[in-house]
Amino acid sequence: MHPIRTILMSRSTPSLFSAALVGPALRDAFRKLDPRAMVRNPVLFVVEVVAVLTTVLVLGDLAVGGADLSFSGQILLWLWFTLLFANFAEALAEGRGKAQADSLRRTRTEMTAKRLTGRDGAYEIVPGTSLKRGDVVRVEAGDLIPSDGEVIAGVASVNEAAITGESAPVIRESGGDRSAVTGGTQVLSDAITVRITAAAGSTFVDRMIALVEGASRQKTPNEIALNILLAGLTLVFVFAVASIPSFAAYAGGAIPVIVLVALFVTLIPTTIGALLSAIGIAGMDRLVRFNVLALSGRAVEAAGDVDTLLLDKTGTITLGNRQATAFRPVQGVSEADLADAAQLASLADETPEGRSIVVLAKERYGLRARDMAGLAASFVPFTAQSRMSGVDLDGVSIRKGAVDAVIAAVTAQTVAARGSNAALAYAPSYTLAETETVAQVRVIAEEIAKAGGTPLAVARDGRLLGIVHLKDVVKGGIRERFAELRRMGIRTVMITGDNPLTAAAIAAEAGVDDFLAQATPEDKLALIRREQAQGKLVAMCGDGTNDAPALAQADVGVAMNTGTVAAREAGNMVDLDSDPTKLIEIVGIGKQLLMTRGALTTFSIANDVAKYFAVLPAMFLGLYPQLQVLNVMGLASPQSAILSAIIFNALIIVALIPLALKGVRYRPVGAAALLRRNLLVYGLGGVVVPFAGIKLIDLAVTALHLA
Amino acid sequence: MTLIGWFQIALFCAVVLALVKPLGAYMTRVFAGERTILSPVLVPIERGLYRAAGIDARHEQTWLGYGLAMLVFHALGFVSLYAILRLQDGLPLNPMGQAAVAPDLALNTAVSFVTNTNWQNYGGESTLSYLSQMLGLTPQNFLSAATGLALAVALTRGFARASSRTVGSFWVDLTRCTLYVLLPLCIGLTLFYVWQGMPQTLGASVDATTLEGARQTIAVGPVASQVAIKMLGTNGGGFFNANAAHPFENPTALANLVQMVTIFALGAAMTNVFGRMVGDERQGWAILAAMGVLFLAGVAVTYASEAAGSPALNGLGFSAGNMEGKEIRFGIVASALFAVVTTAASCGAVNAMHDSFTALGGLIPMLNMQLGEIIVGGVGAGLYGMLVFVLVALFVAGLMVGRTPEYLGKKIEAKEVKMAMLAILCLPLMMLGLTALATVLPAGLAGPANAGPHGFSEILYAFTSAAANNGSAFAGLTGNTLFYNTTLALGMAVGRFMVIVPALAIAGSLAAKKTLPASAGTLPTHGGLFVGLLVGVILIVGGLTFFPALALGPVVEHLAGAAGQTFAAGG
Repeated sequence: MHPIRTILMSRSTPSLFSAALVGPALRDAFRKLDPRAMVRNPVLFVVEVVAVLTTVLVLGDLAVGGADLSFSGQILLWLWFTLLFANFAEALAEGRGKAQADSLRRTRTEMTAKRLTGRDGAYEIVPGTSLKRGDVVRVEAGDLIPSDGEVIAGVASVNEAAITGESAPVIRESGGDRSAVTGGTQVLSDAITVRITAAAGSTFVDRMIALVEGASRQKTPNEIALNILLAGLTLVFVFAVASIPSFAAYAGGAIPVIVLVALFVTLIPTTIGALLSAIGIAGMDRLVRFNVLALSGRAVEAAGDVDTLLLDKTGTITLGNRQATAFRPVQGVSEADLADAAQLASLADETPEGRSIVVLAKERYGLRARDMAGLAASFVPFTAQSRMSGVDLDGVSIRKGAVDAVIAAVTAQTVAARGSNAALAYAPSYTLAETETVAQVRVIAEEIAKAGGTPLAVARDGRLLGIVHLKDVVKGGIRERFAELRRMGIRTVMITGDNPLTAAAIAAEAGVDDFLAQATPEDKLALIRREQAQGKLVAMCGDGTNDAPALAQADVGVAMNTGTVAAREAGNMVDLDSDPTKLIEIVGIGKQLLMTRGALTTFSIANDVAKYFAVLPAMFLGLYPQLQVLNVMGLASPQSAILSAIIFNALIIVALIPLALKGVRYRPVGAAALLRRNLLVYGLGGVVVPFAGIKLIDLAVTALHLA
Repeated sequence: MTLIGWFQIALFCAVVLALVKPLGAYMTRVFAGERTILSPVLVPIERGLYRAAGIDARHEQTWLGYGLAMLVFHALGFVSLYAILRLQDGLPLNPMGQAAVAPDLALNTAVSFVTNTNWQNYGGESTLSYLSQMLGLTPQNFLSAATGLALAVALTRGFARASSRTVGSFWVDLTRCTLYVLLPLCIGLTLFYVWQGMPQTLGASVDATTLEGARQTIAVGPVASQVAIKMLGTNGGGFFNANAAHPFENPTALANLVQMVTIFALGAAMTNVFGRMVGDERQGWAILAAMGVLFLAGVAVTYASEAAGSPALNGLGFSAGNMEGKEIRFGIVASALFAVVTTAASCGAVNAMHDSFTALGGLIPMLNMQLGEIIVGGVGAGLYGMLVFVLVALFVAGLMVGRTPEYLGKKIEAKEVKMAMLAILCLPLMMLGLTALATVLPAGLAGPANAGPHGFSEILYAFTSAAANNGSAFAGLTGNTLFYNTTLALGMAVGRFMVIVPALAIAGSLAAKKTLPASAGTLPTHGGLFVGLLVGVILIVGGLTFFPALALGPVVEHLAGAAGQTFAAGG
């Protein structure tokens, strides 16, 4: 089986014009001339209609031997080139997705399924394609999971490399948040019973293929609006150009139809019209190469509009595990002593917290992990009842754990040592020093909790030594990321199960704008609704079944691939890497998509200024020679001017394909600065560039004696 | 150009700017239904009117209800005005015994006044009875102006409200606007104009014997009251055929200044009303700034061009600039400024013959109208026309900040773009389409007084003026023919209602949306960047369409004139 991830990743830096892509794209460019496909794009459809009519006209001229066939022939040629270049741009964008889809398809093999027939575990072998939603199948070690489903019994390790590219097997079990399985992945050990949740043809892989191929691509709301604008502008220029013959007749002349056609086609926004769908496809493609599947183009656009980002604390903002950051001994105990005891107590503790204590002690005091076998130690594991763990060695007992639990244990031990019964535990016989120690420990613990940390008390032989400060470690660089988001105008909200005190401390350290402490799934949903009621768009990611309502409610819901079926169904994006930090990149990709569209639209419209100055004087020169003054570019002849304008109009499409596919870079500098920069580049540039471009083409056209 | 000339222009601008805030504050209160200084007097009248008409003032309408009310109201206004014009010979207040107005002229005139265009294919003093002027035209002068203001307010409510089904009540807006804004201002202005020397009488014309002993009929009438609303409501229909060039319609320099100021006053103040209603006055100032940039550029070109005069005349030893067709009392500056003001706003009153302007001097008034009269514009109409451009500008450029474009917290989506484009489309369709028709049909070709590009300009100007609901004429064109009466009427109706209805649809759609709070990712729309963007989009999207037509008219004429070529008068 080909790991798709490898294929996806190998395409992360594809050369835009590689031969493997250009060949098929060129073929497709001709295939896409089919008017039934063309009608989806109003601007190009109009160009095609005009091109067909002009072809008929030129052929008619050819038959009767009309004048200036070389000129009208060349204009006609460039009309068709304009269309072909536009199609080529779209085909090239699609081609990149197609290559991925083909690889995905190869991974699908003929699968059979063991469909359960009764309660006794009996099954029949059926082809995978005959499975329906709700069927229950048994999948054993070595079997391919026949379709998407949910584990309803058993636990198994599954190789999901086909989807995620991650070769390490993952555990899939019934109940909980890891119950979703994907068709085409392989069970490596054990056996599970799976309820099928997707019929053949609508599985995750099927959807993935359709998505990357662009087959299920529908116009997004913003694309529809933009298309309306472009259609409207086209219509405006229909009026502008269609009225010219009468005006010319009034002035006592006539304008050849081919010249009117040239003016019309150069004026209507062909540049953005040609590149619009390529931009959309490329946007989806960027996400796919980022290992995120957007289940609709609408979601990608919404990502660009996100106002509020809900981020889970664990794994996104913090490293996910608390780490020891300080030893805080009570009076009379040295830090090194406390560190030594804490390290001993943690040597057998395989939790990340335990390991971090060992590491900290080693770093601070050079305490090396001792060979436990030689010490004849016996370990006391952590239990939910004792809320402590520790070690007994050489008659010394060391305990570490929750502050209350350790204090209680120490007190009990002291009382027991004095031979009193439990009822006398709080008797005045309790020494003053001991009371003071307990008080000290409580003060330190309070301090640590206020700072957002977790205190861990350490005691040796019934005597409190001090506290280990465990802390949620905020990921490196995350603060800068949040600052960046703030400059984008995005508010970040941290979601955590911690108490408000801890949450506030971590929120302050990470630099998030707000937090939701002791969050339940209902709280999360309510928060999203509240934000949306203010008109804001909310993005979040989640994996558990209890995240599903919030994922469905959010405008951008990124489900982790490791999550449950419910979560994956509820979200509108799936992250194959299950990396919640990616939400930030997803927003950037959404913005990039919208920006690219805006930039090329602005460029396209701004181009008209120069095109008017090229074509109009040439067009009206026969009527009023005075209008030669408007020929500011000094183009050689009326014919070369018109030809240059239409050649520029066609070539600029090709020149902008790389920009359309790669996208305009998003810089988190704030809207005003961003607009100023882009207006300068694409607005002003759009006015200036064609003046230079048309002039250069005119020089070439004249040198080649084309006109 | 002279320093004094520029000083006059600066004075005009200063007076208009000074009025923006106080008028804006007052009008905002009026449209919000709050108490104003005039409430003690007017509230009983207002209540009485609602009771008589059976209107519940608290009942608001959806955009569709608002629009239907507006259309029905206008249909009735059209029918009654048409009837008065057709029957004026049998109606009272006709001391001069004017005959009934011909059907096509009555149609043209009725549409013209209902649409706030006030295109005049008739000579006021020689065609209309006093009744037609006072009961036929004057109410429309008020109501078409009030309608423009009401619609601008409805669209503004679209931006100001969130998750709302309604955009206000057309009846209430219309009543309050007329009662609290137009009438009180007009009463004051009428008194002022009478003081300045305008006639205000119901008596017949005065016969006088001139110094040479010739007998002359001097037309008089209720001029001052007509002029007050003609300017304030950007109607522009003169009492006399010579409009504001007539000494009785524009007696003094001060009257001239006040007339110009009143053309702009309400339109400019509406930007402030807009800003106040959306909760950020800076938004209104930004829009006014964009209007101001375009206005000053226009004034500069026209003034410079008129001051330079035409090469043909300069060659004959006239070096004082182009005085042809101008009142000596006003001179070049006041005439040039008036021309730009009247076409920037949708007024159409003239104090000089635009036909006689230099080619470039005449190009600016035309371009002002072709852009859709959004430079201050007709009362209300200028604001909603401008807002349509704002939506288009922000839709295109707003994408470049990486968000779905929004304005004042409202997302600009397919429906808004569709309606905005519809509103933008109808102007070139009418202006260019009808001009194209007129330049090939014999009936159209019979109209212009001049041959060559100037004759073309005359036709283009007429349809431009009609579709933009301006009403000023280039003169020179014989418009009172069946062809021009009907085609111009079509242009006026489409140019008015095909903009109003989409603007209302936008209002309804916006009002229903939530208002997004601004963030660092939101494009600020109150700074110079936005103003520049808006001006650029207006010129490229609105102006470039007319480039071919302008090139064949005024541009060629200018170039030819510079080369000493003139075009012979044609049939």
